[in-house]
Amino acid sequence: MFLGLYNYWIVVVLMMIGFYIVIAHGNLIKKLVGLTIFQTSVFIFYISMAKVNGGTAPIVGDGIEIYSNPLPHVLILTAIVVGIATTALGLALTVRIKEAYGSIEEEEIQKKDNSTC
Amino acid sequence: MLEHLPILQVIVPLMAAPLCLLFRHSRAAWLFALIASGTALVISILLLQQVLATGLISYALGGWQAPWGIEYRIDTLNAFLLLIISSLSTVVLLAADTSISKEIPKEKHSLFYVLYLLSLTGMLGIVATGDAFNVFVFLEISSLSAYALIALGSDRRALWASYQYLIMGTIGATFILIGIGLMYQMTGTLNMHDLSNRLPEVAQTRTVFTAFAFVIVGVCLKLALFPLHLWLPNAYAYAPSIVTAFFAATATKVAIYLLIRFTYSVFGFSFSFTALPLQLLFVVLGVLGIFVASSAAIYQSNVKHLFAYSSIAQIGYMIVGFSISTVAGLTATLLHLFNHALMKGALFLALAAVMHRIGSVQLSALKGLGREMPLTMAAIVAGGLSLIGVPLTVGFVSKWYLVLALLENGWWPVAMLILLGSLLAIVYVWRIVEVAYFQPRGGPGELSKDPVREAPLAFLVPIWLLVIANVYFGIDTRLSVEVAQTASESLFGLSQ
Repeated sequence: MFLGLYNYWIVVVLMMIGFYIVIAHGNLIKKLVGLTIFQTSVFIFYISMAKVNGGTAPIVGDGIEIYSNPLPHVLILTAIVVGIATTALGLALTVRIKEAYGSIEEEEIQKKDNSTC
Repeated sequence: MLEHLPILQVIVPLMAAPLCLLFRHSRAAWLFALIASGTALVISILLLQQVLATGLISYALGGWQAPWGIEYRIDTLNAFLLLIISSLSTVVLLAADTSISKEIPKEKHSLFYVLYLLSLTGMLGIVATGDAFNVFVFLEISSLSAYALIALGSDRRALWASYQYLIMGTIGATFILIGIGLMYQMTGTLNMHDLSNRLPEVAQTRTVFTAFAFVIVGVCLKLALFPLHLWLPNAYAYAPSIVTAFFAATATKVAIYLLIRFTYSVFGFSFSFTALPLQLLFVVLGVLGIFVASSAAIYQSNVKHLFAYSSIAQIGYMIVGFSISTVAGLTATLLHLFNHALMKGALFLALAAVMHRIGSVQLSALKGLGREMPLTMAAIVAGGLSLIGVPLTVGFVSKWYLVLALLENGWWPVAMLILLGSLLAIVYVWRIVEVAYFQPRGGPGELSKDPVREAPLAFLVPIWLLVIANVYFGIDTRLSVEVAQTASESLFGLSQ
């Protein structure tokens, strides 16, 4: 019964890996990598839930009766675009932070902020 | 034309945003953005009138009927929120041209208006739409532009604050996305109204519980509920002043709206308050938030930080009202939502004026400013009195309704705590008053030696518009109370 839902297990494992990286790592790029993995797991979740057993692609044609649900695919296209925008903005911010602080390590940035206050 | 108002509400600022880029001159871009935001305001007034007269407006996007197409669904609550957002955005924008001339490099001015309008679009969209996935998309539109707006701040800490907000905000939004996905999995629909009809059938499954938990945590991250508030103080303190005024007045309000919409309409009142110990959880977190954030506010040396912490405390009041889960409690929350937007709009705009004149909002730089900038500082005092909840201001009205709602439910210990929390507000407002009025200009900082002139008219007009609104709605409460009451009654009507 557990293996039957293996796609969801993959989603959960990926989600936790991503979430853990975001929380545990101090490097700004690694945090973004974690965030992307976290978001990707959600994409997989949406796409795998749309699959119908024995279903084909959702095309209107003779003899096609069972087909997968196309809506989550479309939704997740939007979410992927949002994810790309987030990653791009995060990377751009990292570049600016590197220019301003000379570091992309959370600890060093915090230290520099505390010393200027 | 009139029947297309719900979509025009979102489309006008969305279309206007990229057009701002066409204006090379920053003042032209400002005027254009102001017109766009003003148009949104007119539309939201018309929508509110229409809703109050005829009830719910449902608009099928592109003629595709719900639940297949995307539906924009405007009831009293939505129209009320749309009015708050678009009016505050317009008033704040009045001062934008003068404020950003000193805080943002000139070549970025038209880009600033693009981001501002996109952020406005996102917030209006979240409120106007009746489709759960649409909520996520608009949430990200407003958040992404918010991160960029905050990063425009002149201090390098603005970048770090923006990055932290990006991480937290994205986690919050992704949580909401997971929740929406789980709901879709169980019901096969994304339309909020349709969801509210279909969820009760499957309410006892673990999937729906999980969806609920994800949505609630995601929304609470967005609304900076204590203890998920850590991103907020720095983001508000280091963003350009005008951006702070805009977000403090609107952004967290939108998240509160989402919380109300998801718990009361989508999941339904009876499910929301039995599935999780939501009532206990929120009343504890709300009261804790009031005390921790107010105490933190007392110890801040940066006035923007101070008011940012006070915002977190005010969110606590709204959450307490929400947790009472009666019509009266919800009315108090909605009233405070409106009133807090007026107060914080006025306060942060006045701080923007101070920033414009003396280039700092450190408490020590405010010394003796009561004589140099009497009108600006008077506005801060008026806003501060409203925060405390002195009679004849809006703050009094919302606290009055909140305490009444608490007593009606017999929660008098919480009511006592709320009043105690207001005492803390007196302390932090008094610190500003003392520095500004009872300390001589000059002193150790070199900043405070030069004479300072009163803020320019571009600031004074919007600031005093908001201060007058603070007093007006503190005395004549008919409009705000009636709308808040109708909205909360209809929410309870929906969930029965």
